[in-house]
Amino acid sequence: MGIIDPVKLAKANQLAASMGETVDDKGYFLAKLDDLLTWARTGSMWPMTFGLACCGIEMIHAYMARYDLDRFGMMPRPSPRQADVMIVAGTLTNKMAPALRRVYDQMAEPRWVISMGSCANGGGYYHYSYATVRGCDRIVPVDIYIPGCPPTAEALVNGLMQLQGKIRRGNKIVSGG
Amino acid sequence: MLSLDQLRFEVVRALDGVAVGEFVEGDELCVLSLRTRIVEVLQILRDDPAIAMCQLMDVCGADYPQRPERFDVVYHLLSLRHNARARVKLQTDATSPVPTATGVYPSAGWFEREVWDMFGIAFSGHPDLRRILTDDGFEGHPLRKDFPLTGFVEVRYDENQKRIVQEPVKLPQDFRNFDFLSPWEGMTAVQDEKREGEGRG
Repeated sequence: MGIIDPVKLAKANQLAASMGETVDDKGYFLAKLDDLLTWARTGSMWPMTFGLACCGIEMIHAYMARYDLDRFGMMPRPSPRQADVMIVAGTLTNKMAPALRRVYDQMAEPRWVISMGSCANGGGYYHYSYATVRGCDRIVPVDIYIPGCPPTAEALVNGLMQLQGKIRRGNKIVSGG
Repeated sequence: MLSLDQLRFEVVRALDGVAVGEFVEGDELCVLSLRTRIVEVLQILRDDPAIAMCQLMDVCGADYPQRPERFDVVYHLLSLRHNARARVKLQTDATSPVPTATGVYPSAGWFEREVWDMFGIAFSGHPDLRRILTDDGFEGHPLRKDFPLTGFVEVRYDENQKRIVQEPVKLPQDFRNFDFLSPWEGMTAVQDEKREGEGRG
């Protein structure tokens, strides 16, 4: 595992090529399960709507007609059970922290978290407040940090595309392929 | 539409012997009341047809630590009939409760909870005097002048206990106090006033 054996790889490729010839033009195609999974995962990342403050407005802009996250298969979900990505958009207060963690715990695996904006990244403008969590990574593990106060809708779309890239790079069910 | 002078006249007439005094500052009428007579004052301002302050817009507090009675409680009233506003102020300290205004204005309930939460001013007779804004189990009253900006505790998720835990505040960098009266930023009106004051002195 982990080390690519050139002989084994050549054999596998040979096998794939011969199988490809067999099923060719018969209504089937060959694909790696990994690629299929990442294609499915990156093509339908359903975000949990967690708009906490002004960043939530920019998140809404990203969903609306101009940027239209539907093109990426991203549809905001009101329920954590149906969601894959949680976009923490805004200031996380101490009072909200247990609710945020509960929502994260309710999401099904695999799940990702995007921290959007200065406040979610590290407290931001409210870093020294008595009522704010200084970064939502104190509560949940974060995959992508988007800087800005608030980040533009483009920045959020860019962050989501970076998350897609991260999913493509990692989470392999078979290594060495 | 009631002019400010008419409003002041009506308020002085209606509150004769009930309120302590009144003054006009910045085209706004302010009535001073005793802590014990606040319900009476609000009742008269609401029920007198010439004033008819039928809406309570806000109740808030203010902290003046140098005073023996350190807190102000401020009631903002609106008369839709006369298109007029008024402010009622009273003084109290941290231990004496203020009679609740919920009997006169039901909307005072949450406002008074907020004042209790932020300043620790108790309201006697309030039906449900709990904290309203701060965290569950929060200690202290954050808008008091002696409350530190960063508070005493911060929260994080504990992986072993599988829950959110509270810890004493640890800051990698202290809060830096910026001078908002510097010529480059901040409130220019205040700055001009200060400069004028210095010129006179």
